[in-house]
Amino acid sequence: MEFTRKNRQLLSRIATNDRHGENSHYFDGWKAYDSNPFHPIHNPDGVIQMGLAENPLCFDLIEKWIRENPDASICTAEGLDKFKDIAIYQDYHGLREFREAVAKFMGRVGGNRVTFDPNRIVMSGGATGANETAIFCLADPGDAFLVPSPYYAGFTRDLRWRTGVEIVPVHCKSSNNFRITRAALEEAYEKAQRSNINIKGVIITNPSNPLGTVLDKETMRSLVSFVTDKKIHLVSDEIYAATVFSSPRFISVAEVMQDMDCNRDLIHIVYSLSKDMGFPGFRVGIVYSFNDDVTNCARKMSSFGLVSSQTQFLLASMLSDDEFVGNFLRESSKRLAKRHHVFTKGLEEVGISTIKSNAGLFFWMDMRPLLKEQTTKAETELWRVIINKVKLNVSPGSSFLCSEPGWFRVCFANMDDKTVEVALDRIREFVLQGKEENNHEADKSQARAQRWRKQNLRLSFSSSRLYDESLMSPHMISPHSPIPHSPLVRART
Amino acid sequence: MAIEIEQPRVGLSKVAVSKTHGEDSPYFAGWKAYDENPYHETSNQSGVIQMGLAENQVSFDLLEKYLEEHSEASSWGKGTPGFRENALFQDYHGLKSFRQAMASFMEQIRGGRAKFDPDRIVLTAGATAANELLTFILADPGDALLIPTPYYPGFDRDLRWRTGVNIVPIHCDSSNNFQITPEAMEAAYQSAESMNLKVRGILITNPSNPLGATIQRSALEQILDFAVNKNIHLVSDEIYSGSTFSSSEFISIAEILETRGYKDAERVHIVYSLSKDLGLPGFRVGTIYSYNDQVVTTARRMSSFTLISSQTQHLLACMLSNKEFSENYIKTNRERLSKRYDMIIKGLKKAGIECLKGNAGLFCWMNLSPLLEKPTRESELALWKVILNEVKLNISPGSSCHCSEPGWFRVCFANMSEQTLEIALERIHKFMEQRKRN
Repeated sequence: MEFTRKNRQLLSRIATNDRHGENSHYFDGWKAYDSNPFHPIHNPDGVIQMGLAENPLCFDLIEKWIRENPDASICTAEGLDKFKDIAIYQDYHGLREFREAVAKFMGRVGGNRVTFDPNRIVMSGGATGANETAIFCLADPGDAFLVPSPYYAGFTRDLRWRTGVEIVPVHCKSSNNFRITRAALEEAYEKAQRSNINIKGVIITNPSNPLGTVLDKETMRSLVSFVTDKKIHLVSDEIYAATVFSSPRFISVAEVMQDMDCNRDLIHIVYSLSKDMGFPGFRVGIVYSFNDDVTNCARKMSSFGLVSSQTQFLLASMLSDDEFVGNFLRESSKRLAKRHHVFTKGLEEVGISTIKSNAGLFFWMDMRPLLKEQTTKAETELWRVIINKVKLNVSPGSSFLCSEPGWFRVCFANMDDKTVEVALDRIREFVLQGKEENNHEADKSQARAQRWRKQNLRLSFSSSRLYDESLMSPHMISPHSPIPHSPLVRART
Repeated sequence: MAIEIEQPRVGLSKVAVSKTHGEDSPYFAGWKAYDENPYHETSNQSGVIQMGLAENQVSFDLLEKYLEEHSEASSWGKGTPGFRENALFQDYHGLKSFRQAMASFMEQIRGGRAKFDPDRIVLTAGATAANELLTFILADPGDALLIPTPYYPGFDRDLRWRTGVNIVPIHCDSSNNFQITPEAMEAAYQSAESMNLKVRGILITNPSNPLGATIQRSALEQILDFAVNKNIHLVSDEIYSGSTFSSSEFISIAEILETRGYKDAERVHIVYSLSKDLGLPGFRVGTIYSYNDQVVTTARRMSSFTLISSQTQHLLACMLSNKEFSENYIKTNRERLSKRYDMIIKGLKKAGIECLKGNAGLFCWMNLSPLLEKPTRESELALWKVILNEVKLNISPGSSCHCSEPGWFRVCFANMSEQTLEIALERIHKFMEQRKRN
């Protein structure tokens, strides 16, 4: 089918503008990875994916649970009697058991300092859908939301594309570890007012993506009082809440509200299981609002992105297994902590510092000493070197709207231990500016591949089926990837 | 404990405070009555029978049988990997195997008379999301889509609410069995123009909800010609395509395009879902099939807001790619729906009620206009309330489907057992007898 220029006019403005965000150079890293993906045996010199914030570290625990609980699936012999009722269930309230299990889980993740009401749990198509839904409920086209930077690159699309709402960044600085200050909020707000931009709210991510830090109580209280003062909304995206692996602990905005004078109608939480449980494929997004009108509206809007009842049923069962959940959360923290430590220590040894972080699936790496000059251009140049020469797909700070050049987000959870070593080796060599020739490099990578084969490692990507000769190398693509062909993962057909 | 402070009502968006979500319509009021007093075969025999819900429960046993025999379709932990890859899979292209299975299923439903390319299939969480998404892509806020009446009440929300797009009705009436005519389309177009609304497309549901009838080939040709003439889009919601009682009677817009050598295809988009044909509304499986590359690319990006659970994609990929299963399912489902339809038509006829001649869907289009006091919407609603509160049947009044002729009602027949349908028919019979006596 020919696509003609005439057709461009036949589509809407939303369809033809750039607000989907995929034309950003940010995706060059993905393209580099996709055209040359690292594989321990088949392609040891390939690009290692460190731009994908995924959490597969505890799948063994989940798989064990699934094996031991066949009645949690409506398609097994044990669960088949529930098939019909679940397959029919399209009520946008969501299965009661699902809402109760999610509410309980959110409570546990918050250290059981808050009780979440299952009747306020509203579904959405992942946190992607939840954030968009929140904006649809709270702002009109042309309005704006304050978003502290650096922030998740996907917000550019999720908050703006179909809603027509704008983002006004609140730039945070390394001088105080990128804390969100009242002064910065006030300044951004005033500036927007002067430009006739109607600010309808603030959206924060806590724990922060890309920083990997949790917001402290004081900052949280300051945010709540700021929005109450200005009569604007606060959306707290708490998608990384259970990835906290050391102190200080995670404090939900729900907890902070409990002993504060504030307007509860202004406070809304976005949650998801994509990061904490590692289930991005299941599309479990949650909008939790303390405002009844918003809850009702978001619930109606959830018709556009309900969670599959099959998935609701499975997760209702899994998340209400207290023993499993407790064990999972503990193990997950442990494994994330270990992984984080290995990386940060390794980097420290070659003089690279990172923001002190205790959460998330990534760390925020300081490469400013390596910049030719402190500009975005120099950052982009350095980034291209890291992608093309060092062969690591890391994410440049500019793609998170960071106002200071030289910072990079590096994901550490989406690979196995050996790949971690390879990645660290590469960084070390790059930093120490190894002058080894290419053939030395070839020898080294061959030796690594041989060691790999010998050691018969359990890779966290699971079985050898994934590295089937007939298939392309594994690569997992996020919803943001513009790469046209579909990735490796195939159903068992 | 927080101190309660009197706060002024805080502002929400215009979308949030509007009524365009449509839930205040009588279509939904009937549901409420049902929820409060639902019929049950043993424990509440005098309750309200739900006949306003277009669900397909007649073929579940076929699905259950498949799962019993192929439990590995969805089990992960039996020594095979797959769970973690599946749980991580969030690519908006969707599982290739699932798209292939959907394309093949859609072809089978059309008796192989049209071909579908899996790479043109975009996945969304239900047809609800598919229709909204297409509207975002094809029209700007303030523009209009032309929709033949009567139409599915949900369109008022799905196509208009968050998109800001208007619906301008193409009026159809019983004088020609509610068929869509070029004159009616032209009238609607002019009407939109006179309101200064830019028409961006025409959206048809084929087979029709609520009519329960397929659109004839000649009408489809005229509709496509109209779209070409006005240089607008044509969206064909074919969600009930697998629910036609006889395979040969459904003609998809895909077939029309095929015979035209795909000329003008780039303005045509098909919506499909498994909610009706397979009876799986809870699984949220919708698709957009577009012949326009730009639409496919953009729709795919937008589907990020409404992807199908990878767990569900995996299950259905297995099920639908099993040709033996899918062929048998399609055939058996058609037969059972046809049987149900015959049953209700016969029963209504016995009670002195005529219906539009239908050949598809999960409902029939019943004509109660002879019972109206006056040929007005108010009379229709009054009659509807009587049927809801006295006869205790939740059926959908034509006005909620924007029918311009009062007195028609949509009656669903596939979301209950045969026994319940018998009881419903008995109640109608009794009601009509009573009216005759009075």
